[in-house]
Amino acid sequence: MELRSRIPAGPIQEAWDNARFEMKLVNPANKRKHHIIVVGSGLAGGSAAATLGELGYRVSCFCFQDSPRRAHSIAAQGGINAAKNYQNDGDSIWRLFYDTVKGGDFRAREANVYRLAQISVQIIDQCVAQGVPFAREYGGTLTNRSFGGAQVSRTFYARGQTGQQLLLGAYQALERQVQAGSVTMYPRTEMLDLIVIDGRARGIVTRNLVTGEVNTHIADAVILGTGGYGNVFYLSTNAKGSNVTACWRAHKRGALFANPCFTQIHPTCIPVSGDYQSKLTLMSESLRNDGRIWVPLKKGDKRAPDQIPESERDYYLERRYPSFGNLVPRDVASRNAKYVCDEGRGVGETGLGVYLDFSDAIRRLGRKTIEERYGNLFDMYQRITDEDPYQVPMRIYPAIHYTMGGLWVDYHLMSTIPGLFVIGEANFSDHGANRLGASALMQGLSDGYFIVPYTVGDYLASNKFESVSDSHPEIRNAIACVQQTVQKLLAINGKRTVDSFHRQLGKVVWDYCGMSRTAQGLETAIYQIRELREEYWRDVKVPGSADDLNQSLEKAGRVADFFELAELMCVDALERNESCGGHFREEYQTPEGEAQRDDDNFSYAACWGYRGYGNREDLVKEPLEFEYVHPSQRSYK
Amino acid sequence: MRVTLKVWRQQRGKSKGKFVSYPVDNANPDMSMLECLDVLNEQLSERREDPIAFEHDCREGICGSCGFMINGIAHGPLPATTVCQLTMRHFKDGDELLLEPWRARAFPVIKDLVVDRRSFDRIIAAGGYISVSTGSAPDGNAIPVAKEAADRAMDAAACIGCGACVAACPNASAALYTGAKITHLGILPQGKPEQDMRAIRMVAQMNEEGFGGCTNIGECTGVCPKEIPLEVIAAMNRDFFRGTWHERDNVVITMRPFTEWSYGSKLQVDPRSTDG
Repeated sequence: MELRSRIPAGPIQEAWDNARFEMKLVNPANKRKHHIIVVGSGLAGGSAAATLGELGYRVSCFCFQDSPRRAHSIAAQGGINAAKNYQNDGDSIWRLFYDTVKGGDFRAREANVYRLAQISVQIIDQCVAQGVPFAREYGGTLTNRSFGGAQVSRTFYARGQTGQQLLLGAYQALERQVQAGSVTMYPRTEMLDLIVIDGRARGIVTRNLVTGEVNTHIADAVILGTGGYGNVFYLSTNAKGSNVTACWRAHKRGALFANPCFTQIHPTCIPVSGDYQSKLTLMSESLRNDGRIWVPLKKGDKRAPDQIPESERDYYLERRYPSFGNLVPRDVASRNAKYVCDEGRGVGETGLGVYLDFSDAIRRLGRKTIEERYGNLFDMYQRITDEDPYQVPMRIYPAIHYTMGGLWVDYHLMSTIPGLFVIGEANFSDHGANRLGASALMQGLSDGYFIVPYTVGDYLASNKFESVSDSHPEIRNAIACVQQTVQKLLAINGKRTVDSFHRQLGKVVWDYCGMSRTAQGLETAIYQIRELREEYWRDVKVPGSADDLNQSLEKAGRVADFFELAELMCVDALERNESCGGHFREEYQTPEGEAQRDDDNFSYAACWGYRGYGNREDLVKEPLEFEYVHPSQRSYK
Repeated sequence: MRVTLKVWRQQRGKSKGKFVSYPVDNANPDMSMLECLDVLNEQLSERREDPIAFEHDCREGICGSCGFMINGIAHGPLPATTVCQLTMRHFKDGDELLLEPWRARAFPVIKDLVVDRRSFDRIIAAGGYISVSTGSAPDGNAIPVAKEAADRAMDAAACIGCGACVAACPNASAALYTGAKITHLGILPQGKPEQDMRAIRMVAQMNEEGFGGCTNIGECTGVCPKEIPLEVIAAMNRDFFRGTWHERDNVVITMRPFTEWSYGSKLQVDPRSTDG
């Protein structure tokens, strides 16, 4: 299979303009004849559904939550990047492009990243106009802060709730279209299969989570904005409901899955406290702007932090990376936290934690300023840990947070199934092997507001759509598949709960395919995942029935997909014999312990094709060319 | 620690519910209220009993999914905290905790502790936005916003739409929720052009949904996990009164509240299809 990435020819600065000019347009009067399905209502899905509705298409938008406003984008804290250069500190579209390609450790597609940097500017304008209450200077202009991995201040924010405010902006735009009648919203509805007819995506099969009804929805195009798959690790900063099911079922219908092993570990989360733990709580990366990270110099130093004098502390990021210090990118910060804890210098009861200390910042800026910048985060920390971070340094530890891998898409954000578009975290395209802080919100909104509404139009205008009857064999087949899986899960009636399997799976993936990986470990993981998956289909216990609200059944279907994805992640990690970004193979490191890329052999996106349950997937490579930002060893020293 | 959870169990919206007591012997002071329910649900599943349905998602206090009454208080005893961030250390060993769903006509029960809050979405759809289509915005700094206005707008915009305000109000009023959005958008210069109509339409929809009227009791702000101030209700009333005068010649249309979930058993097909 040959992948056509459809990157426009010519200079990168003009690529998006040229591509848009060449796109076919749908006559305004014909737009309402086209029905478009959007699955997911977060920053990507919500903004896409709203914009397509504004353009005049008939849109159906689906989410598993009770309201589109609950999508997990809402939990993003820190901010959103844009190359506005309002701070006059040397920022530009070119610099944001450069930082993102470099930050992604040269495993992203240049043309996509350049377009993202270009569009970043429009996103801020749009959100301001919607009434997103971004932080302001006294003069009334927008203010910015700096964020990990960047040396300019280009991050726009709304206290520690930027994701919430941007999502509410998209949600309000979406509800405006619901009121206008152009968007029909289907909450508490989960997509369980993709309908492919004559090689094109023509609809989805859903399960109504309240009544258990299985329905089909037919359309001319399907857009997935269903987020990432971090919950494969069980413990992650994702919402409990975040899952890979929509993407995975599309993958099983023929959409290639790219770079599944590229997962991001966020350096600043509250450490695990017990085995009942259901999720990990992120502390915004913005805390690293004013907090200093340290551990005791001596191993096993159990003194309280205020009893450890300056001379016996190791501010290890400032020591190893003097120019970026505490603001090194996430992969570097996480890995270094792991190293110092592996050395036995970790803090807290479990020894899996490092200090994030604000005492210098409070002395320098005063408590009030710190309260203004991080008040809600400090309160959250105190509620969870019962410790006051104004008095005692926070304890933090890395946790899985974001997944750069996802369904493969071309420059038009279309997957390998024509008519199936994938946007936001669910696709693979813009962040390479590591995502920079404040770039996820940017990508979600860029895809949803400004890219997919154009490219879907081009697809609709370029194709003819036969009407589809509900007796079509592909539709019958898809419904039967969904109903069989549901019945099968309920019928096993074994001894172990879904959560107990999920927890065990997560531990395997975290231990062998987490912050650092080895060939031997990955082989072990693949073996263990397969064993556990067999046991799952033999011994899982799903109480309740299929015809009402059954949260155990919802989880059971999602965990079944996580099992298959987990194996693919390990296969992908094993295939990639290099270290890059968040993918750190212990066998491939520089003498200083940094990630050692192998551009000669691995400068490609690894795209996997499904070949049936339990079979090894096919690998197709999309070579990555770097014409504008030349690959170099990433250095933050 | 040991607690007893006395939980409202109701199989479906239309079936009759009752309280059932469950001892939890292995609660831990560091776990959240929801993790305590997780532990209980694991035990129920192992005994082949139906686990307790409760709404939750982000578990960091921002998505607004979770929420129920604990001993008569929405989100429990800790101020400014949702149940997902309420740790068990705030209860005593041996406590009995009464858990029941939000009670309001506009929030019908779906199952156990899960209620239908689509009425909140319809209030936003009625006018809780600034009508600016994608692509039509001027430069971000072309609209200066005084820092104080931005801060106050943010205070109101922090609402997570959980519904605790309605559950706590003896009238089941949604005035704090609706007022928060009207205030957020009304304070900002971008929101001024639609200020009058927004208030009228949102208030009309709120009334249509069957929420009660506000009688200035203030329970809502007391339980609000984001501490939305009571003044947003004053702002709503002011905008509504001014709006009804300015817009007295305009007709206000509301959306019909619906509580059905079923899409009908018929398969949904493309309207252009031959036999659909």
